Amino acid sequence: MDLRLPSKVLEHILSFVDSNEDRNSVSLVCKSWFETERRTRKRVFVRNCYAVTPEAVARRFPETRSLTLKGKPHFADYNLVPDGWGGYAWPWIEAMAAKCPSLDELRLKRMVVTDECLEKIAASFKDFKVLVLTSCEGFSTDGLAAIAVACSNLRELELRECIVEDLGGDWLSYFPETLTSLVSLDFSCLDSEVKLSDLERLVSRSPNLKSLKLNRAVSLDALGSLLRLAPQLVELGTGSFSDKLDQEAVSKLSQAFSEMKELKSLSGLWDVLPEYIPLLYSVCPGLTSLNLSYATVQMPDLVELLTRCSNLQKLWVMDLIEDKGLEVVASSCKELRELRVFPSGAEGLNDTNVAMTEQGLVSVSEGCPNLESVLYFCVQFTNAAMVTIARNRPNLTCFRLCVMEPFSPDHKTQQPLDEGFKAIVERCKDLQRLSVSGLLTNKAFEYIGTHGKKLRMLSIAFAGDSDLMLHHLLSGCESLNKLEIRDCPFGDTALLENAAKLETMRSLWMSSCCVSFGACKLLSQKMPKLNVEVIDEHPLETRPDSSPVERIYIYRTLAGPRLDMPEFVWTTQKNPEIGVSHLAIK
Amino acid sequence: MSYRLLSVDKEGLATSPGLKERNYLGLSDCSSVDSSTLPNAVPDSDKKSSLNFKATELRLGLPDSQSPQRETDFGLLSPRTPDEKLLFPLLPCKDHASGNKRGYLAKSGSNNAPAAKAQVVGWPPIRSYRKNTMASSTSKNTNEVDGKPGLGALFVKVSMDGAPYLRKVDLRTYTCYQHLSSALEKMFSCFTLGQCGLHGAHGRERMSEVKLKDLLHGSEFVLTYEDKDGDWMLVGDVPWEIFTETCRKLKIMKGSDSIGLAPSAVEKSKYKD
Repeated sequence: MDLRLPSKVLEHILSFVDSNEDRNSVSLVCKSWFETERRTRKRVFVRNCYAVTPEAVARRFPETRSLTLKGKPHFADYNLVPDGWGGYAWPWIEAMAAKCPSLDELRLKRMVVTDECLEKIAASFKDFKVLVLTSCEGFSTDGLAAIAVACSNLRELELRECIVEDLGGDWLSYFPETLTSLVSLDFSCLDSEVKLSDLERLVSRSPNLKSLKLNRAVSLDALGSLLRLAPQLVELGTGSFSDKLDQEAVSKLSQAFSEMKELKSLSGLWDVLPEYIPLLYSVCPGLTSLNLSYATVQMPDLVELLTRCSNLQKLWVMDLIEDKGLEVVASSCKELRELRVFPSGAEGLNDTNVAMTEQGLVSVSEGCPNLESVLYFCVQFTNAAMVTIARNRPNLTCFRLCVMEPFSPDHKTQQPLDEGFKAIVERCKDLQRLSVSGLLTNKAFEYIGTHGKKLRMLSIAFAGDSDLMLHHLLSGCESLNKLEIRDCPFGDTALLENAAKLETMRSLWMSSCCVSFGACKLLSQKMPKLNVEVIDEHPLETRPDSSPVERIYIYRTLAGPRLDMPEFVWTTQKNPEIGVSHLAIK
Repeated sequence: MSYRLLSVDKEGLATSPGLKERNYLGLSDCSSVDSSTLPNAVPDSDKKSSLNFKATELRLGLPDSQSPQRETDFGLLSPRTPDEKLLFPLLPCKDHASGNKRGYLAKSGSNNAPAAKAQVVGWPPIRSYRKNTMASSTSKNTNEVDGKPGLGALFVKVSMDGAPYLRKVDLRTYTCYQHLSSALEKMFSCFTLGQCGLHGAHGRERMSEVKLKDLLHGSEFVLTYEDKDGDWMLVGDVPWEIFTETCRKLKIMKGSDSIGLAPSAVEKSKYKD
C-alpha cells in the first residue's frame, strides 16, 4: 500500500508554506518531500554567495522566481576588504539563465555586477520584473540602459547606494513607451542629470508607480512637476532641495505636496534650505519613515518638522538634531521603532562640538515605547545612560553604539563601558544585533557571552585585553551567526579552541587582530567545511607560522574553496605550498 | 558544549590556559597556551615551565604591530588617550614584540600612507557612499552642475564666549547677514540673556528682534569671524558673497573684547579687492 501523499496534494499544501525555514524542514522529511519542495520553492535566499555553488542552487530549485544574494562581508562597507576580493554576480546569473528561466526577481547586496551581467539578465529572463542592487559596484549606466530597453514588464529598478560608472543620464530614455508597469524606481545614487521630459513621460505612463527616488541632480522645480504627475506615491526620494525658487514655484510645490495623500516615506532632501522645510509640513502627519541623514539643517528647523510627524516609525537623521531635537522626537514621535543618528562632521573624530550626547538617546528611549532598533554615532557615552536605556527599553532588538573615539571611557566616571553594555545584554533579552565601542575590558565580553543568548550579529572594534574575550563570545553566544572584529588582541587560542563553533555560524571576520598564520593553516586543515581565507597584501610563503595575518574571513561552505580568489587571498587549498606539512597533525 | 579543535586530555581541559586571564604584556604567561594549540611533545604537566619559543611567537604584539601602515595609527591613538596607555598596556606592548617579526613587517610594503595626522581605515564605520556624499557637500569648491551654482554645504563652527559647546552652521543656507544672525540668535538664545525667558511664539519673535540688535550692534555681544588668513574680523563689513567665501569660523564675542577689532577690520578691507 502506498502511504505517500500524492505529490499534487503535497504541492498544493506546500503552496501555503512561505517561510524558507519551514520549507527547509519540509525538505528533510523524506526524499519525495524533498523533491516536491524543491520543485515548488519560489524564493531562494543565499546569504553568502560562496556558501553554495550557483549550479547547485539552480539545479535544486529550477522553478524559483526570486533570488536574493549577498556577497562581500559587512566590513567591506568600511573599506576593510580590498578591491577585487570577490563577490561576483556573473556565475550566478549564468547559472540561473541556464536552469531557471522563470526567474524574474534578483536582489543583490555587496556584489560585483558588471554591464555584462545586466545585459545577460536582460537577454535571458523574458519576464524580468525586479532588480534591486544594494551596495553593489562594477557596472555603468550602459548596463542600466540594457535593462531599461529589454525588460518590457519591469516593475522595480532600485539602486541603493551603489557605485556606478556614470556615463550620463541617457539610460533613462531607453525605457520604451510601452513600459507602463513600473512600480518602483530608485536612481538616487547616480550623479548625472536625466532628461526631465523623459522622466516625466515615464512617470505619467506608470499608474502603478508607488516609489520614486530621484538623484541629487533633479532640481526642486522638476520635483514639482513630477509630484503633480504622481500624487499617488507612497515613497518619495527628492533630489536636491536647495535651488532658489520664486514665490509662484514655491506655492506650486507646496500644493503638489499637499496633494500627496498616500505618502509614507520621505528621503533625499539633500542640502535642504531651512526656508523650504515648511513645504513638507503637509505630508508629515502621514509619514512613517523619514530619512534626513543628508539634510544639513539645524536643530530648530528639524524640530519644526518632527513635531508634526506623529506617526513616524523610522527616523534617520544627523547629529545636528542635538539632544534637544531628540527630546522633541521623544515627545512627538510615539510610534518610533527605529532611530539612526549619523555624524555630520566630515572627519567624524574631530568635531566634538555638536551638542548631542548620550542624553539624546536616553530621551528617546524614555519617550518611545516601541523603539527596538538603534544606530547611534556620538562622541562620548556613559554607563549610566546605557543602564537607563536598557531599563526603559528591554524590547530592543538591535543596538549599535558607535563612540567615535576608540578606547573612550565613560566620560563622567572614566570607567570602561563594560557595565553599560552589561545592562543592555542583560535586560534586552531579544537583542539580535549588537555593535560595541568605547573602552571595554574582558568583563564586557564575559557579560555578552553570558547574557547574549539571542545575539546573531556582533561587531567589535578596538576592544579588549586578551584572547579570553573571544572565548567568552564563541562559547557563550549560542545564536551567534555573524561575528566581525577589528583591531582587537584576539588571537589563536580562542579561535582554535572554539573551532567547531565556526561551523554553526555564517561567518567570522577578523582584521588587525593577532591571529597567526600557523593558526589559520591549522584551522583550514582541520575544518574542511570552512573556507579559511587569509586576506593579506604581503606575500605569505616566506612567513613564519607565528607571524600575524592582516585579515581573516572564515565562513562555512558546501562549495569548497572558491575558484575566483585574487592573489592577496590565501588558502591552503589554493596555495598548497604554504601547507601544513611540517606540523604533526593528530 | 565543547568546540575545541584539538584534543587535550581532561586534565588539561580543566586547567586549560585559554580560560585564564592574561595580561597582554605577560609573554611569559603564555607558555601554557602553546600546549593546547600546537601538538608538540611537551606534556601537559610541564605547561607552566615550558616557556618555549613557540609560545612567545604565538603571543604576538599588537594590532598595530602587524604592518607598517598601522604604525601611523599611533599618531591617532596615543596622543589622545595617554591614560589608556598606562591602564591598558595595549599600546606600549609594541616594544615587547619580537624584533624579528617587526623587522619583517617593517621591510615589506613600506609604501603605506604616512599621514601626518593618522586616519584609521574604515573608522568611524561610515559607508563610503555616505562619506563621498557628505564630502562633496562640505567641499569648498563650487561644483558646477550644468551651469548651476555649487550646491554643497559650507560648514563653519560657531563658538560663543561662555557657552559650553560649539555649534556648526552651513553658510549656504543663509542669504544675508540678517538671516545668519537671526539663526545664530535662535541657536544661542539659551545662553544669552536668560532672564528674557520664553514668552510664547510671538513674544519670542519680539524678543529676538531686540536681541538681534544687541548681538550685532549693541552692548552685549558682537559677531566676529576668522577669515582664511587667520584674522579676526567683525561680521558685516564685506559683501555677503565674499563673507561666505572667506569665513572659516564664527565667534560671538563679548562686546568689550571686540573693540580692538574694528579698526583692523576696516584696514583689512582696504587691502582686499
